[in-house]
This record gives sequence, C-alpha cells and structure tokens, in this order.
Amino acid sequence: MKADKSLDCIGLYCPMPIVKTAEIIKQLRTGEVLEVVADDKGIKQDMPAWCDLTGHEFLGVEEDGEIRVYVKKTHD
Amino acid sequence: MVESSKLSEKESPKTKEEAKKEKLTLVVFSGDLDKTLAAFILATTAASSGMDVSMYFTFWGLNVLKKNEGGIKSKGLMRKMLNFINRGGSKRLTLSKYNMMGMGTWMMKGLMKDVNIPSIDEFITMSHKMGVKMIACTTSCGVMGVPEDSFRSEVEILAGAAYFLREARDADITLFI
Repeated sequence: MKADKSLDCIGLYCPMPIVKTAEIIKQLRTGEVLEVVADDKGIKQDMPAWCDLTGHEFLGVEEDGEIRVYVKKTHD
Repeated sequence: MVESSKLSEKESPKTKEEAKKEKLTLVVFSGDLDKTLAAFILATTAASSGMDVSMYFTFWGLNVLKKNEGGIKSKGLMRKMLNFINRGGSKRLTLSKYNMMGMGTWMMKGLMKDVNIPSIDEFITMSHKMGVKMIACTTSCGVMGVPEDSFRSEVEILAGAAYFLREARDADITLFI
C-alpha cells in the first residue's frame, strides 16, 4: 500500500507506537495515508481500536516479517 | 436543501471535535512501580486517542509525584520518620512483587529499558506534555505530612474527594489502581 508518510516503531511496545502515531498524524493533511511499521503484534488490534476512538480510517495490515498498518487521516 | 446538506457534511468533522470529549479518570492509590506503569500506559494512550485524562494520586500514590531530589520537609517526629522510610519519588518506586531488597526492581527496570519502555519519570513528563491532569490528594498530604513543595512541577492541582468525584462523574471510564 502506498503511504504519504512512514513511521518506524520497530522495537517499540505499547503505548509508544500509538503515542507516536497520534503525534505524527498532526503533520499529515486530511486524506493522506500514514504507514506505521512495527514488530509488536499488539499493533494489529490497537491501531484499528485507535482509529475507532479518534475517527481516522483504518486501511489495513500488511505483514512481511515486519507489521505494516495503514491509517488515513480523515480530520484535523 | 442541497446546500444545507452539503454544509452539514462539510462541518461534521468539526462538530464531532466540538462535541464533548471522552474522558478517562484514574485513581492512583498504589505507589508500586508496576501498577503505576499500567496507569501511565493507559493515561498516555487515552491522551493520544483524543481523550481528556485526569489522574488522582492518593495515599501511596503520592510517592509517584514526589520530587526525586531534596528532602521532604515534614513537621513532627512521626511524619518525619514516615517520609524518611517512605521517601518516594518516581525513581525510587519498587515492584509490588519480587522487589527482593531492590534486586527485582533493578532487574525489571533493566528489562523495561531493554525493550524501550519509558521510565515512570519519562512517563510523567510525557503525560504532562500531552495535557494529562495530575492531581495530588490533600488529605493524604495532611495525614502523611507531605508539604506542597515536595511535588514536582507537573502537579498543578491539589484537591480532595469532591474534586475527584466531579471529574469521575463526567468521565466515560474510571479506574482505581
């Protein structure tokens, strides 16, 4: 999946990937896609949940050893 | 008609943001390293999810907020003794289990550092920057002889039970840790 920005969260556990996602998404424009690369499996459940909480759109997961989750910014 | 529906569509994200924010309140009764860690993980995640967060520190929880440096200037022998053996400070917290004279805590801190988990000290700074409200319980301060100047600068409010209950009444989630 194509993304406008990528966030490296390799080696980080909950809550840091979510904390960093919330920080970095501010730099994106509405409609842009953020890719979060992580190796903590929790992200696969946590990111959709975070999107439910914040209203951003969860686009999906890709796994190739590393876990890549995609979020579309839907509002400021 | 068309115009008004367009308008409401356009404004819907704004209205969502303007609507009452969801809120998490935590009572941090424990001054244990492990339990405090759980509290801060929830607090920072909630703040990152756009929620308002209030943490109410009482009894042993006050230890989390005590400054790491300097002494606690209590009045009276009993309270002086209490704050000597129960010095507190985010860097002095110990595990609720397997502290083993500090060995267990030292090991756990090492394990946490190894996987990049922030320390309690870092969590306090981070939470404060994210707008988490940290409140110290005045009754506990009185009973245990902890003067206001014992607390780090991130503590902005000293208050009692009524203040917490008002916070909790407006909250969607409240936990006692």
